[in-house]
Amino acid sequence: MNNLIEIDSLTFKRGERTIYDNISLQIKEGQTTAVMGPSGIGKTTLLKLIGGQLSPTSGDIKFRGESIPNMKRSRLFNVRRQMSMLFQSGALFTDMTVFDNIAFPIREHTNLSEEFIRTVVLMKLQAVGLRGAADLMPSELSGGMARRAALARSIALDPELIMYDEPFAGQDPISMGVLVKLIKQLNNALKLTSVVVTHDVKEVMSIADYVYILAEKKIIGSGTPEEIRQSDSALVQQFLKGQADGPVPFHYPAKEITAEFLGA
Amino acid sequence: MEALAKLGRSTLDKFSALGRATFVLLGAVMSVPQLKNIPLTIKQIYVVGVQSLSIIIVSGLFIGMVMALQGYTILVDYGAEGSLGPMVALSLLRELGPVVTALLFAGRAGSALTAEIGLMKATEQLSSLEMMAVDPLRRIVAPRLWAGVISMPMLAIIFSAVGILGGHLVGVDWLGVDAGSYWSIMQSTVEWNEDVLNGFIKSIVFAFVVTWIAIFKGYDSIPTSEGISAATTQTVVYSSLAVLGLDFVLTAIMFGIE
Repeated sequence: MNNLIEIDSLTFKRGERTIYDNISLQIKEGQTTAVMGPSGIGKTTLLKLIGGQLSPTSGDIKFRGESIPNMKRSRLFNVRRQMSMLFQSGALFTDMTVFDNIAFPIREHTNLSEEFIRTVVLMKLQAVGLRGAADLMPSELSGGMARRAALARSIALDPELIMYDEPFAGQDPISMGVLVKLIKQLNNALKLTSVVVTHDVKEVMSIADYVYILAEKKIIGSGTPEEIRQSDSALVQQFLKGQADGPVPFHYPAKEITAEFLGA
Repeated sequence: MEALAKLGRSTLDKFSALGRATFVLLGAVMSVPQLKNIPLTIKQIYVVGVQSLSIIIVSGLFIGMVMALQGYTILVDYGAEGSLGPMVALSLLRELGPVVTALLFAGRAGSALTAEIGLMKATEQLSSLEMMAVDPLRRIVAPRLWAGVISMPMLAIIFSAVGILGGHLVGVDWLGVDAGSYWSIMQSTVEWNEDVLNGFIKSIVFAFVVTWIAIFKGYDSIPTSEGISAATTQTVVYSSLAVLGLDFVLTAIMFGIE
């Protein structure tokens, strides 16, 4: 199987702070790859790097063997038509109906007739179960519906790669189940390559083909979900089991508690 | 030493902001105009222009009325109340029309533009446009820039026209200045190039600067509630200062040295 995306010794710094320190990972075509890790370690940043919205400090990111950071802007825009991203907030355009939101990328990039666009949009909405909500405004949708609508928009142009940024965050169990099912189905039916960035271990382990766990600026574990479960790394186990204390300490670094209170 | 470093850093920050602002401007102005963008621009003209009409008309009316009242009490002492017409018209066309319109526009439309673009950034709408391979500078920023540049000079003309009518209302209808002299002396004194056109040029410059500041502040805002609120305040403060400063420069160039 070919690698759709190859990240090669990537280092990324934001100001003085290092987010990633020399990481490498591959995303195989047609698979669902999960990237997990504690919050605040810049998982979204990774997606923005792949999408070319940020440039790495050093290292390279390749899409089908072509370096994304070195692309010209016009080429990058062309490549982006083959990728798609589901933002955590959904990022629906609040001044348009659900229908127009999903029609938006089609209208921007093609010259299809309105009649044809209507058919395509309704099919996409049918796929996420929201055909009946086509005329609603984004403010009238629940959180789960908004994310499904955004999902319909991100598959509007039939991309090859779809990146999910925390798709399960803040969802109730039912919409979580719906989203897990949708991601799996889309991946199978459309032969998509998916990257899911998340910290919801249980959900993502059920759909991922391959898993990377990021922590402390590095990749601390990778493998199939089964291999990850068997991992003997204390850090990986702490993350999978959700233990409060371990290699990732419960306490933010501080001076000794006796010194703090007794002034010793 | 500390203070010096601070000064240096803030100067560097200012210059890098200026650089980013230029990029935003160039990106918006240089982006290839597309037929699809014309309806977007028209919609924005409605939002920033047409919806500002009420505040512009009401302010213009009152400023014209106050000017006539103040001018009359001074001019009547010298028996020169016949010059009320040109006084009102010239102050409006040369100064108050463009300047007050720009200040009101910054408060009414500029702040709204900043907040809107800032919120789009905070809710990842700008990022998602980029990921859809749609340039937000072309899709979001450019229509708003053009709408501002087109609307404000028209608003300034309306402001001045309403102000002159307001002056007429107070001066002629209430205080009894002769209607013939109000209009005829105005007509013979006000020059097309010197006064009307120069005022119009001023308002084009102000329109450009105010809208530029507004969209840049929104685009460059820190995407949090504090960030957007600070950006909105800065838009109003910076554009007001820029308008007043530029007004002096433009006035000096246009009317200063003969």
